[in-house]
Amino acid sequence: MEFRPQIIAFLCNWCSYTGADLAGTQRMKYQPNVRAIRVMCSGRIEPTFVLRAFIRGADGVLVCGCHPGDCHYQEGNYRCLRRYHLLQKYIQQMGIEQERLKLEWISASEGKQFAELVNSFTETITELGPCRLKQVMEELT
Amino acid sequence: MNEQKPKLKLAVYWGAACGGCCVSVLDVHEKLFDVVAAADLVFWPVALDTKYQDVEEMHDGFIDLTLFNGAVRNSENEHIAKLLRKKSKILVAYGSCSHLGGIPGMANFFTKEEIFRRVYEESESTINPEKIKPQPEYKVTEGTLEIPVFYNDVRPLDKVVDVDYYLPGCPPQTERLVEVFMAIVTGAQLPPKGSVVGAGSKAQCEECTRTKTDNKLIKKFKRPWEIYDDGVTCFMEQGVICMGPATRSGCGHRCIKGNAPCRGCYGPTADVTDTGAKIMSAIASIIDSKEPAEIEAIIEDIVDPAGTFYRFSLPSAMIRRRL
Repeated sequence: MEFRPQIIAFLCNWCSYTGADLAGTQRMKYQPNVRAIRVMCSGRIEPTFVLRAFIRGADGVLVCGCHPGDCHYQEGNYRCLRRYHLLQKYIQQMGIEQERLKLEWISASEGKQFAELVNSFTETITELGPCRLKQVMEELT
Repeated sequence: MNEQKPKLKLAVYWGAACGGCCVSVLDVHEKLFDVVAAADLVFWPVALDTKYQDVEEMHDGFIDLTLFNGAVRNSENEHIAKLLRKKSKILVAYGSCSHLGGIPGMANFFTKEEIFRRVYEESESTINPEKIKPQPEYKVTEGTLEIPVFYNDVRPLDKVVDVDYYLPGCPPQTERLVEVFMAIVTGAQLPPKGSVVGAGSKAQCEECTRTKTDNKLIKKFKRPWEIYDDGVTCFMEQGVICMGPATRSGCGHRCIKGNAPCRGCYGPTADVTDTGAKIMSAIASIIDSKEPAEIEAIIEDIVDPAGTFYRFSLPSAMIRRRL
């Protein structure tokens, strides 16, 4: 059977979710592999959320927030940015490919960019294949 | 009518442990007389000559309280964990290794093959041209010799058997042990099953006496030897990684009192499952930069992030081993 990756996207309420919504209202077509989770700010996305997504079987995790300087809460996206870099280093140490976690800035007007991002990320993850994490952790118990 | 209350039966066992937890039990010092007055020690390999067979012959539930320290790393640990579970009314995961996996749990960053190769072939003090490795069974003329099977993964006690209480610490504070023990002896109301006992519920920072300001922003992470510690300022504010923000209180912050940053042996605070993820969150907040390249450079100063953040808790973390 053809591998269809499961991707979890954490989208901030003010920019990225609105951007994704715009892609929808403009009737753009993009890959259906992304499950969007709306959070109030990208600064709300704790490392726990991302790790839990992987543990529950996500093959890729997308994190989107407002462009630098545009955060509705002024600093939230910078927090997200720092966590992202720390998480990247951590997941690499644990044997998860860094390409499986991606951070992008999507503004409320960037529906097209969102659609393109989903397509390119889906392609990357499809090439990487399924993430083994869930299976390996289940075998341990 | 001076019928005495029957004495409690107490057992202490070590799995994959360093022995420090057993020493912490000995550290009750003269209070040992109070303990012995209220309890009979029926099994304690580090101090008594009770054999495994003696334990097997006890009827189920014979032991009132077992303090199990050490992680489960081989078939012997697993066998005794299951045996003691059957024989004990209350089973306590005593110390970080049993509670979370502890220091031996960091073996989960490697596989069994990698560990054996390092220990029996590559280590500087090893001369082993025939590459002899431990075999669980070996036939000699007199019969078959057996040693425990070494597992690929280290597990905390609750991944192997049902655990009643957790008493964290590396090693647990002896005072806390005495408190818990006396609570059981006096028949005080015991907390619900699965509770962490002998520790607080909030983070270390709540108890820490070092001076903290709101302005926690740093440009560089440092190892403890790289700073002139004034003994007063929060370690985080001096750029030294301290596990305090993500670690349960109750130890009396003895490392910090000794001018060493918290290493996280008391495990996550109540309601938190993953210490490492929490400390990553805290540490990311104090990096003083908004530029991706600079952030990466600052993070580069953290030597072995996974090992630092999950020093005591890797086998009980969300990601329990390296893939």
